[in-house]
Amino acid sequence: MIDVLRRVFGDPLGRIGLILVTLVTVGALFAAFIAPYDPIALNIRDRLQDPSAAHFLGTDQLGRDLFSRVLYGGQVALKVALITIGVALFIGVALGMVAGFGPRWLDNAIMLFFDTIRSFPTVMFALATVALVGPSLETVIAVIVVTTIPNYGRVARTQTLSIKSNEYIKAERAMGASTARMLSVHVLPNVMGPLMILASMDIPTVIALEAGLSFLGMGVKPPTPSWGSILNDGYTLIRNTPWPIVAGSIPLLMVTLGFTFLGESLRDLIDPKLRRTV
Amino acid sequence: MLLYLIKRVTLGVVIVMLAVTLLFCMIHLVPGDPARILLGPRATPELIASMSARMGLDLPMPVQVLRFFANLLRGDLGMDIITNRPVTEIVFGQLPYTLWLIFTAIVFAALIGIPLGCYSALHRNTLADRITGVVSVACITAPAFVVALCSLLLFAVTLQWFPAVGAGTRGDVADQAVHLVLPAFAIGLSWIGYLARLVRASMLEVMGENHIRTARAYGLPERVVVYRYALKLAVLPTVTVIGVGMGFLLSAALFTEIVFARPGIGKLIYDSIVTRNYPVVMGSVLISTVLFVISTTVSDLVNAWLDPRIRTSL
Repeated sequence: MIDVLRRVFGDPLGRIGLILVTLVTVGALFAAFIAPYDPIALNIRDRLQDPSAAHFLGTDQLGRDLFSRVLYGGQVALKVALITIGVALFIGVALGMVAGFGPRWLDNAIMLFFDTIRSFPTVMFALATVALVGPSLETVIAVIVVTTIPNYGRVARTQTLSIKSNEYIKAERAMGASTARMLSVHVLPNVMGPLMILASMDIPTVIALEAGLSFLGMGVKPPTPSWGSILNDGYTLIRNTPWPIVAGSIPLLMVTLGFTFLGESLRDLIDPKLRRTV
Repeated sequence: MLLYLIKRVTLGVVIVMLAVTLLFCMIHLVPGDPARILLGPRATPELIASMSARMGLDLPMPVQVLRFFANLLRGDLGMDIITNRPVTEIVFGQLPYTLWLIFTAIVFAALIGIPLGCYSALHRNTLADRITGVVSVACITAPAFVVALCSLLLFAVTLQWFPAVGAGTRGDVADQAVHLVLPAFAIGLSWIGYLARLVRASMLEVMGENHIRTARAYGLPERVVVYRYALKLAVLPTVTVIGVGMGFLLSAALFTEIVFARPGIGKLIYDSIVTRNYPVVMGSVLISTVLFVISTTVSDLVNAWLDPRIRTSL
């Protein structure tokens, strides 16, 4: 682990990525200690202030300190990213392995399910669901999980199919091993490698999606700070002050750029075969 | 090839039907009666019952799904419950705006991204190539709605170079073009990076192939080798990528249309969701799903036509 970190740090792109990700993560985790103000405390007298020593990123229309809101917003972003990718990875791998290893009809059924989900543009699927169930962070998480499962499922299936025909699997089967044993001992470790890279590169997409839905008012409910809702405030106030948009954009761009650079660097390290392709 | 075509198109139709059924189930399985939600908390039971009957919600679910499909085949997506206009009329009225926006964004991205990738491939491992690579990745990751907001703030509100809202006056082409600049930029930016990387990779692959070496051996000028022979082949994968990327394009268009208050299918979906106008939600989501399935099917077919190995995999 330390060795991997050292090697990522040796790559200029990886170093930038690591620094950006660390900054945002530390900011979110220790928001309670770093944030100079309560992120939801109103202070109407100080509303719509430009950045100053007292408020690094200025204040919004209710006088809330934007820097503090950005730090706490990071908690929402990271929470959504971790939960959704973890759950989607788990379900996707399970379904993908079953599809790859199971009978043909089951494979076809699962693939049709994946294709159907993928046939909705994610945001529209999310909007339709939120419209029906009502806006909440849980809904956003559920929607992102459902729409991300096919990404992992398809890769897991392809990997499983290629491993399935190997000699050692046939030998194992001949010796009477159960399907569960073959899947967990032999297939799973081989499937996880490429999926981990895929998952790390999905983090920025998921964070951007959560922010996008919160921007549309479909995610976290006010007054909980989220980068998307800060941007939404900024959009309605765009003729009065540029600072909420600046404050909401900076962490989003930092985190998407950071995770992508980190993911690219990790991929080059772990899988040199994929190097320099798209 | 014909067999593959039939299989692929059938799959596309099945997917659209499943997607519609799924959407229907979602509307009906969640707690809360759409008619009740639409009419608000002060609605009387009689009003809710009559609204349910008008929307066809009082029929059993399978009947509703079948009725929807039957109407669909006749080109009828139902009536908008607020304005009482046919949903098809509304959706197809908005669709051209979105298609123009996506088309402009892609053309803009191709005009910058393809030469950039080509240049990168020809100057491999130079400083310029590395900078292009990093900038491309940075462009890819920037979420469309953040780019839209920042460009709105910078170019429309602060510098006032471009108009901030709307799609321009109808019939005035110049005005409409000016209104397209910022939204197309917001959608196209990530595609610049994407296309640049894609073209770079496929260009490097093509440049190593035999026919390019032969062309060189014939003493053709480098310019002709690169642009007439190599680039032509290297651009092919981008066509299929754009087809598969239709979903991302539609999602990006949705955000961009909302930020710039432009008419379009994304804005229509958002507005109809906010006003709980379910027939319009169904109709517009259906049309965008069809659009998406058509574009992925076409790009799969193009791929299969180019690469015979794919035909046997379905």
